[in-house]
Amino acid sequence: MSEPGDDGDNRARSIALLRMMERIRAFEEQAILAAERDRLVLGAIHPSIGQEACAAGIMQALRRDDILLATHRGHGHTLAKGADPLAMFRELLGRAGGCCGGKGGSMHIADFNVGMLGANGVVGANITIGAGAAHGLKLMGSDRIAVDIFGDGAVNRGPFLEGLNWAAVYALPVLFVCEDNQWSATTRTRTVTAGEGAGARAAAMGLPVTTVDGNNVEEVAAAADEMVARIRAGNGPEFLHAITYRQTGHTSFDKAAYRPEGEAERHKMEDDPIARQRAFLAGMGVRSAELETIHAEAQAEMAALLKEAAATPFPPDDTAFTDVQDIGSPAKEAF
Amino acid sequence: MAEKMTYVEASREALREAMQADETVWCLGEDLGRGSVFGQYLGLQEAFGPDRVVDTPISEAAIMGAALGAAMVGTRPVVEMRFSDFALCATDELVNQIAKARFMFGGQSRAAMVIRKPTGMWRSSAAQHSQSLESWYTHIPGLVVVCPSTPQDNYSLMKAAIAADDPVVYFEHKNIWGMEGEVDRSLAVEIGKAAIRRVGEDVTIVSWSDTANLAEQAGARLAEEGISAEVIDLRSLWPWDKAAVRASVAKTGRLIVAHESVRVGGFGGEVAATIAEAVPGARIRRLGAPRSLIAYAPNLEDQMRVTVDMIAQAAREMTND
Repeated sequence: MSEPGDDGDNRARSIALLRMMERIRAFEEQAILAAERDRLVLGAIHPSIGQEACAAGIMQALRRDDILLATHRGHGHTLAKGADPLAMFRELLGRAGGCCGGKGGSMHIADFNVGMLGANGVVGANITIGAGAAHGLKLMGSDRIAVDIFGDGAVNRGPFLEGLNWAAVYALPVLFVCEDNQWSATTRTRTVTAGEGAGARAAAMGLPVTTVDGNNVEEVAAAADEMVARIRAGNGPEFLHAITYRQTGHTSFDKAAYRPEGEAERHKMEDDPIARQRAFLAGMGVRSAELETIHAEAQAEMAALLKEAAATPFPPDDTAFTDVQDIGSPAKEAF
Repeated sequence: MAEKMTYVEASREALREAMQADETVWCLGEDLGRGSVFGQYLGLQEAFGPDRVVDTPISEAAIMGAALGAAMVGTRPVVEMRFSDFALCATDELVNQIAKARFMFGGQSRAAMVIRKPTGMWRSSAAQHSQSLESWYTHIPGLVVVCPSTPQDNYSLMKAAIAADDPVVYFEHKNIWGMEGEVDRSLAVEIGKAAIRRVGEDVTIVSWSDTANLAEQAGARLAEEGISAEVIDLRSLWPWDKAAVRASVAKTGRLIVAHESVRVGGFGGEVAATIAEAVPGARIRRLGAPRSLIAYAPNLEDQMRVTVDMIAQAAREMTND
């Protein structure tokens, strides 16, 4: 609740949320261009366009040293956690200086300096890993927490049951987030999911569940603030079900022809999280010129960084054999 | 300063010492508070508390996945899989996640942990509690694979495995938990170094895990017959001591690789092929289980065994001409 005198703070926070969403969108738009137009991104990328409110709203509630595990659709989460977008672009392009040295690419993007312990190429696999990170933090007596983000498709995998049960049994400091974009790759999730779905399943294991409009960044941020505070205070895991929509296909190459005509267009027109936040800020009296500047700055920043990343060399060939293992390393085993 | 210990006591003592020395070492698995199935953890929960010797749900994927997360934030988990067969429930976590966590993230992360997998035939445990699947894991870059066959090695290699910054898949053979031997706590064993169990001139017999004990018995029997066998216990399969095996076969000109697991696709094939390339002219035999399943009935189970007789017979045949 805002108090008299808080208006400036609230306004600054709302603008920061918009700025982060604009930066995520600009990053991914540039990444798609780099993939489709320039053929600089060689593997698949999974854009989160339309889902930026989840990344921006949740990450603003965390400290830099809190832990994040995300999905293969994880550019937004990574950027919002504080990763350097130049190192991220270099990673997408498989270049030296990429945050994983060009070894991971889009699906395994990670920046341990900001607590981002990796996007994951296997749906749902990060749920048990995130629970374990929280377990390790608790064991060490830390007040850091872990956030584990997955999609609606993950709720039908075993690790969803095993990871949530684990976190509940050991009362671990972890926030589970189901970023529900309603599509499991190219299949509508509700057609392959029994019962009431994500939130009901989490509630059945005793986790407090909060459901939010995942395209309303203010609502996501407010919920995340409250949940993170309770988790950090030692009250055990919680479950955030954020309902959003994937405006693109499953990958940047997927035209999503399987979707009913007009569905994606309707979401873009009526339910886009960036457009909604711009309208919200306009209602607070922020001038449209300022909103345009935020947009233009994000676009310019990411276009310039992509260009810089593209000018970076590929990693040295011999790094194909480094950081595999110490004992029995391929760099040493040559018989 | 050697003391008598059983195989199961040896690794338990190594774990106890490691937990005393480093508070980031902890164990997780099913029924650990009761010592687990074979008593590997007896007394440890009393000594270190339930937060460091954690009784888990029957959730292999969560045990393995949680261990990775906990390792990535700086702890050193010791994972108990109960039976190596059950570890298959956590294959994604081990193969896609743990083995790749360091490389895939460009060296930002380590997955320092030990994954314990009791392995092998243990009378009448049938097809899902008897397998020897160690060769699978040698195929996965990122993993270290260890197969101790004696109390001393189970002590020293467990210490080395816990100290390693790599994920170590650690196969303890269920048939020899009660095997007694002298254990010198000051003796360090480097992972990747084979043990020459017996020195010989005529034929090299390479093995690991409990089959190494059978190979040693075969070597003794052959000696009585005037055949001098050199018996090598690899002790670890990745890395494996190629130099020791090559030097031995260069001397003997003959190699037998014997293992309990199925011969087809077994690690014996890798040893044989490597030595065939490295020692031209060497004669090579592989002994392993037929490509069938391990049954419950004792006579059927025995059809799958590589025995002392079979190893000795192979050596006789190879040295006969």
